[in-house]
Formats: sequence, structure tokens, C-alpha cells
Amino acid sequence: MRERDVSSQATGGAGGIRAGAAQVPAVRFAEVSRHFGDVRAVDHVSLDIYDGEFFSLLGPSGSGKTTCLRLTAGFDHPTAGRIELHGVDVTGIPPYERDVNTVFQDYALFPHMSVGENVAYGLMIRGVAKSARAARVQEALELVRLPGLADRRPSQLSGGQRQRVALARALINRPRVLLLDEPLGALDLKLRQQMQVELKAIQQQVGITFIYVTHDQEEALTMSDRLAVMNNGRIEQIGTPAGVYEHPATDFVAGFVGVSNLVSGATARAITGAAGTFTIRPEKIQLAEPGTPVADGTCWVDGRIGDVVYLGAHTRYRVDLDPGGELVVTQQNVHSTSMDVLAARGRRVRLLWPKQHNRPVATTG
Amino acid sequence: MAEAAQSTRGDHRLAPHLGRRVAIYLYRRPGLSLLLLLAPPLLWLGVVYLGSLFALILQSFFTLDSFTGQVIRKLTLANYSVLLRGANIDIIARTTGMAAAVTAAAAVLAFPLAYYMARYATPRQRTLLYLAVLLPLWSSYLVRVYSWKLILAREGILNWTLVQLRLDGILTWLLGLPVIGGPSLSVSPLGMFLVFVYVWLPYMILPIEAAAERVPESLLEASADLGAHPAETFRRIVLPLVLPGVVAGSIFTFALTLGDFVVPYALGNSALFIGQAVLAFQGTAANFPLAAAFTVVPMVIMGIYLFAAKRAGAFEAL
Repeated sequence: MRERDVSSQATGGAGGIRAGAAQVPAVRFAEVSRHFGDVRAVDHVSLDIYDGEFFSLLGPSGSGKTTCLRLTAGFDHPTAGRIELHGVDVTGIPPYERDVNTVFQDYALFPHMSVGENVAYGLMIRGVAKSARAARVQEALELVRLPGLADRRPSQLSGGQRQRVALARALINRPRVLLLDEPLGALDLKLRQQMQVELKAIQQQVGITFIYVTHDQEEALTMSDRLAVMNNGRIEQIGTPAGVYEHPATDFVAGFVGVSNLVSGATARAITGAAGTFTIRPEKIQLAEPGTPVADGTCWVDGRIGDVVYLGAHTRYRVDLDPGGELVVTQQNVHSTSMDVLAARGRRVRLLWPKQHNRPVATTG
Repeated sequence: MAEAAQSTRGDHRLAPHLGRRVAIYLYRRPGLSLLLLLAPPLLWLGVVYLGSLFALILQSFFTLDSFTGQVIRKLTLANYSVLLRGANIDIIARTTGMAAAVTAAAAVLAFPLAYYMARYATPRQRTLLYLAVLLPLWSSYLVRVYSWKLILAREGILNWTLVQLRLDGILTWLLGLPVIGGPSLSVSPLGMFLVFVYVWLPYMILPIEAAAERVPESLLEASADLGAHPAETFRRIVLPLVLPGVVAGSIFTFALTLGDFVVPYALGNSALFIGQAVLAFQGTAANFPLAAAFTVVPMVIMGIYLFAAKRAGAFEAL
């Protein structure tokens, strides 16, 4: 029963955390470190990524996520530790002997070749006959919704089209793992959102493990089956998007994934009665009139609205708290207009939220 | 009164005021600015350079009256038919062969160094290598050529070293070969080849280095990522993308060798090169038309070479 559950999850392309218990991970990092002189770009990272998963490495620039990707591709090699692909140790193996392909941040299309030749490159290297290549190129370009452009030069394409060519080129070898290094970083917002949806659809269609590097938390949350949040070369937390968002393990994760309030010290004691640091999401907090009765299991604190930012669909308030410190609160603009919300500046309010939304976190400094 | 105030204010502002008006005038007429900017080089290139080139080519269609020594200003192909005869066609073949050999050797020698400079050298190493490549160009070309004559002489340091290493047999064998051999390295096509490669090598290294520098690292990684071994990546990605640099360098080495007369004069034997022939015809023989016709030969050869390079796709990556 459990076995069947696992396999159906794996083939469904949405292997969760539990799926891995019975299968060999597609990618395994075992205590991997990569140091450049004194800089610990990747520091004791251990990680299992399962077959068919859409896995994101999320973190700010310099957090080591791209280095992790380069270690997986074989462009770089770990200072210490072991990397396995489908159970095979590939630590010292060059990129051309690894069954992974990469979509580069700058696309890295060959400028002296046509789009068709770029896409066919992997097949040509593997000695696939020219006639068979043409059909596969056609198929790959259709998959990325770019048919009929095979004869163009990369320089004649727009950024979004180049991105699709890079994707087709990487997918044509039918690798078991596809690595994507901030592939949407250079696109404008509309195109980026459209490509997010398409990338996810393509991943589900081909069933290949995707490892996706991004610094955009929204991208990571919307696309991933699971994600790892990285900071200073270390993994802060691994989990599903909902899990990481709802239960951030550290103050860094709470701050980086979505906006979060970090409450500690005297303020925390005033609210919960204990000094432990916790986080509370701005959208969980309700703004109420001062003196509103407080129900059981509800946290409350009084304060004064310091700042109001009107954001169209919702409004963000900064509230200066009476016990010290501040909280950011967001409210949907369901009934209020911009005039209403902007007039709220300086008003005294009581903040209320259900106690279960408090997330105690470890502080990593 | 107002006028007086204005004029005193205007006095010390006159120069910047005028400058500002000129600047605004030119700003609104970009065509005029461009013309002013390009006029000196265009005059230089158009009148002085192209004009004299035209005069040269025109001259090559005149002939010399062998009795009076006067130039007959009547267009004829006589000079060119003389060029294609006997000793003259040998001169052209010899020079072109040497230029091709020098270019090929310079490309083979320059590529690894240029590639290393562009891809692997630290900024400090690269500066030092640039200096090492360019330093010889700071000294006189003649001095360098004659230094090589001393190095290559039978009593020179190269021969001495080979004798000490008991390798002089190889040199004796090489000098015994037909066409390239001679009595010593300092009087042989082989020695000439060595000196040509030495003096023109910087002109090959610099364009290749510039071309290699422009190839992004990610292209090489992408090729490896798609399954290509380093040798395949080199053949399919690096070489096509660096080739325009090699062609640019080869234009220098090829053209410079075709037109040079100092190296053949210093290190050659009685067999003439194009440069020497030009010198002889316009100097001692005062046959300017034939000398001009000889000068046209390297230009035609370069034209054919560039056309062939373009047809071979050498510039596709540009």
C-alpha cells in the first residue's frame, strides 16, 4: 500500500518528502563543501532530491545556490564531500559524462550556429543521424512553443525566445536531471510569470527532475514541489513551499520567504509572557479598535499606526507597539478606499491574531 | 545703464559664452559635428592614401622606354606579362610560399599563448605577458633583424649551443635540404623563416587574444554540458569563434611578409623576394612602372586570401 503510494507520487512528477524513503535520490549531496580560499561558498550541504521533483534552491546572491548547481553539473568540484546522481558517485566526473543538462542564466547559445543547430548540438555530439536529429529538434522546439524558428540566428531572437531555445537545447538530450540557473532572471515581469507556468507544465509533461536556482521567493513558492532555503553556503531549511512559508525554521527563512515580523526580547515577553523569539506573518494580524475584547487563544498588543503604504489590492501598515518595537500588518482592501487607509496614520489600534500563528524560530544571527 | 552692466558681465564670460553657443549650434546639427570629426581622417585616407594607391596602380600600367629611360604614359599590360615570366614568377611564388609558411607557423605558435592569456592568466600575469609580447616592438626592427643574423651565424650562439649539445648534425642536415637550406642559418630561407616568425608573432598573438577574450566561459560549459569532450568543444565552439582573430592576425603576418625587403636582404641569398624586386626596379633600374606592378601583386594576393577566408566562413562568428 505504502509502496504503491510512493511510486504513484514519483511518476506523478510531484514526489513529496515521503516519496524518497523507498527510492534512490536523483541527486544526493553528502556533506558537500566548496571553499574558494577563505570563502565558504558551500558549507557542509547535505541534500536529497528525488526523481521527478521540481526542486528549488532559494537564497540571496552569494548564498551558494549557483555553486550547488555548478557542482551538480560538474563545472566545479567540491572541496570536500560526495555528490551522487541516481546512486552513482560523480564527485570527480567531468560534465560531459553526467546525465544532467543545464539552462544557463545568460542562455549560452552558440552565436555561430542557427537555432536548429544549437538545439541539435547535444544530439550531434552523441552521433545521432542527421535525419533523426531534424525530427527531434522540431519536437523540442514545439515543446517550448517555438516552432518555425530553426533557421534563425540566436542574435535575431528576443530574450524570451532565447530562453526557450536554451530550454529546448537542454531538454533534447532527455537528461534525467535538468538544472536551471535563474533562467527567468532577465525577463520582464509579465513574461516571467507566463514562463513560470509554462516551465511547470513542461516539467510535468516530460517528468524530468528540475533543480531550479532562484533568488525570487515567489517563483520558488509557486513552482516548487520542495525547496531549500540557502544562506551563507548553508541550507537553512528544506521543505514544501507551504511548510517553509508557514513554519520557517529560522529567523532568516522567516525574513527571506515572504515578509515576516520577528518578535523577540521584551516585546515577546509582553505579548506571550515568555522571552522566546517568534515570527508572525503580517497577513495573519487583524487591526481592531483599542479596547476590543480579547478571546482565549488570541495574542494582542496595542500600538499606534506609524506608516501606511497603499498597494492597491492591500495596504501595509507599520504599527509602533506600546511595549517597544514594531509590527508590519497587511490588510486586504475589501471595503476600504485609499482615502480611508491613508487617513489611518497616527491612529491608536489593537492588534489581534490567533496564537497558533506564532512560529518560534532559532536565531542564526 | 543696463547695457553697461551687461557688457561688463559679458566681458569675463565671453569665452565660455561663445563656447556654449558653438556647442549648442553643433548639438542641433549632428551631421555637421560628424563631418568636422571625420574630415581629417577622411582627407588623409581618401586623398593621401587612396590617391597615392591609385597613382601606384595607374603607374603599373605604364611602360619604360628602354632607350631614353622615360616613362611612356600609355596604358598597357606589358608589365604584368613581364611579371608572369621566368624569374619574376619565381619571385612571386617564393614570397607567397614564405608568407604562407610564416603565417601558419605564427598562428600555431600564437594560439596557445593567446588562449592562455585570454582564459587562464591572472590579471597580473596577463599584464606581464602583454609586456613580453609588445616589448620587442619598442626596439628598432633593423636592430632586431641584424641581432638575429648574429645569433644565426655559423659562429653565432645558436650554432655553438647545438655543437655543445652534439645536435649540430640535425642543423647540417636541415641546411643540406633543397629550397630551404643554405651555407648557414644566417644565409638561408630557413633562417629567414625563423626571423620572420619572430618579428611578426606579436601581430598574430594580439588579435587572437582579443577574440578569445570575447568567448564567454558559459559557452564552453554549455558544450561540455551537452556531452562534448574538451577536444570537440575546442573544434566546434572555440575554434570557430576565435577564427576571426586568427584571420585578422594572419592578414598582418601575411601582408607584412609579402612586402618586406629587410629580412630577405639581411638573411637571404641571391634569390629575390617581392620587396627586394620592388626596391631594385625603382632604385637601381629606375623602372617605376615595373616596380609598381610588383607592388600590386601582394595586394591581389591579399584580396584573394580574404575572399577565400570569407568563403570558408571565417567571419561567420563576427
